[in-house]
Amino acid sequence: MKKVLDEGKLLLIAIPVLVWTLLPIYHLFVLSISNQESMLAGKLWPDQPTLQNFQIVFKQQHYYLHNFWLQMFNSFFIAVSTGLITLFVATFAAFAIARLKVKGGRTIMNLALATYLIPAAFLAIPMYKAMGSYGLLNTQASLILAMVALASPYAIWVLKQASDKLPKELDEAAVMDGATSIQLFRLVYLPLMKPSMVVIGIYALLLAWNEYLYAFLLLSSERAVPLAVGLGLFLSADDAPWNLLMAAGLLYAIPPAVIYYMFRKNMVGGLTSGAVKS
Amino acid sequence: MTAPLSAPREDKSGFTRDRAMWGAIMLAPYVLVFAVMVVYPVAYGLWLGLNWNSYKALFADPIFLRTVVNTIVFLFVAVNLKFLIALLLSGFFVQQRAWIRIVLVLFILPWAVPSIPTILSFRVMLNPENGMVNQQLFQWFGIMEGPGWLTDPTLAFMCSIFVHIWKSLPFWTLILITGRLAIAQDLYEAASVDGANRWQQFRFITWPSLATLYVTSTMLSMIWTLGDFNSVYLLTGGGPGDLNHVLATLGIRYMRNNNLDLGIASIIVAMPLILPMVFVMVKRLSKGADA
Repeated sequence: MKKVLDEGKLLLIAIPVLVWTLLPIYHLFVLSISNQESMLAGKLWPDQPTLQNFQIVFKQQHYYLHNFWLQMFNSFFIAVSTGLITLFVATFAAFAIARLKVKGGRTIMNLALATYLIPAAFLAIPMYKAMGSYGLLNTQASLILAMVALASPYAIWVLKQASDKLPKELDEAAVMDGATSIQLFRLVYLPLMKPSMVVIGIYALLLAWNEYLYAFLLLSSERAVPLAVGLGLFLSADDAPWNLLMAAGLLYAIPPAVIYYMFRKNMVGGLTSGAVKS
Repeated sequence: MTAPLSAPREDKSGFTRDRAMWGAIMLAPYVLVFAVMVVYPVAYGLWLGLNWNSYKALFADPIFLRTVVNTIVFLFVAVNLKFLIALLLSGFFVQQRAWIRIVLVLFILPWAVPSIPTILSFRVMLNPENGMVNQQLFQWFGIMEGPGWLTDPTLAFMCSIFVHIWKSLPFWTLILITGRLAIAQDLYEAASVDGANRWQQFRFITWPSLATLYVTSTMLSMIWTLGDFNSVYLLTGGGPGDLNHVLATLGIRYMRNNNLDLGIASIIVAMPLILPMVFVMVKRLSKGADA
């Protein structure tokens, strides 16, 4: 009896939590399968669910969606580039700091982490100005660079923590055998770090895929922007076709959700253990 | 097998030199990114912020003072409410049940998906005329004119706080769950043998173990909340009537209107708010790094 009561109490918490969490996502889905009429009636479930919105999105048959596939590709390109470049920059840096014990490495890592003590929207303003003086405004390189700068400090930190866990004897043995630093990196370090590198690459990729503010500031041409900014353009309309927007938005939200669930265990483990330690 | 034995000694100094060189080369890409994307922009921004006239113009803008008040209320309410809920929910999620693990997986969704479709979904849902919320209020309770969720300034402001919490709650709940899982279980077993009730267990075991993490996380969350542009901009655009801006959206608005100096100034006025937190955070983080 007490057990049933306990489960009941837990359900009493779980149900509102799930409603709160899922309602906007459910609403997103409902609108994406609604026609204009049921959308404007605020139905809990559309009268005649339809896939027509997706068809319109796929075929780019609306003024706001003329560049849908191009913008989807832009999102993909920016996210993958950010993931790869972050991985390159952070793995090198973590190896230099953790294994080669380069002078000042620790200090640089701590300074890097201070990036997160600048509120994102605040950093965006001077960064925009700097991009202007580099002549990079309205180029995807500017957004990719910005995302690498935002993803790297955490990436370096996580990779450094993981590197510290590798046994020192491995390095010593390799050095005894006459390995150079670069051989140490290639033959000892990289194979052992692969799992952490996958997590970090995906972390950076998702960060860039989901980003709105920096993309909105640094890019403006309709053909250069990622899908997030493309969808934001709907905001300028008074009577935007929200059902189309939601269909496109759903297509945009699915990849990160899927990737996230595929790597859920590693992502959550890595992110939270990192945060708790500090 | 005899030859390598003598080799390492000669290589030792060679290796040290090799190490220093490659260390510098491999750290260089990040240092370059950091210098170009963070150090230079921040330094340049601070230098632009020395212009006294921009502050005069800033304080002359009636929207600005309202924005400062909004920002403080937003920070105080959103962060404390978020952490109170996260603290309670972390207690729910550490219960060992298979179905609770499934709930947790769903609960994390807002954090995993991009802001733009979900916050815009809120925006449509809360539309006072044909949004789902008010339409359903009408159908279920016969309320003809539901609340003006996004047209009433106070309600709209509260809605952006809720959207912000919706988005960032999962992350902080996960952090507190991890913190709770790190507490030794035998403490609770001993306490329940001694007849301590739930509240006493929380008061004397859970809270003392979580307090540091809770305070550090709260401060970090305040800094990040200050930088949250999406919750306000995508839901209300700072409206109705520019009444609901926070410093993040106002700064960007100035900048988009080609008034970079005002944008910079509106960030710099937040320094008295940020610097003490940064100071404490740096102290805590560096302590953590040494341990």
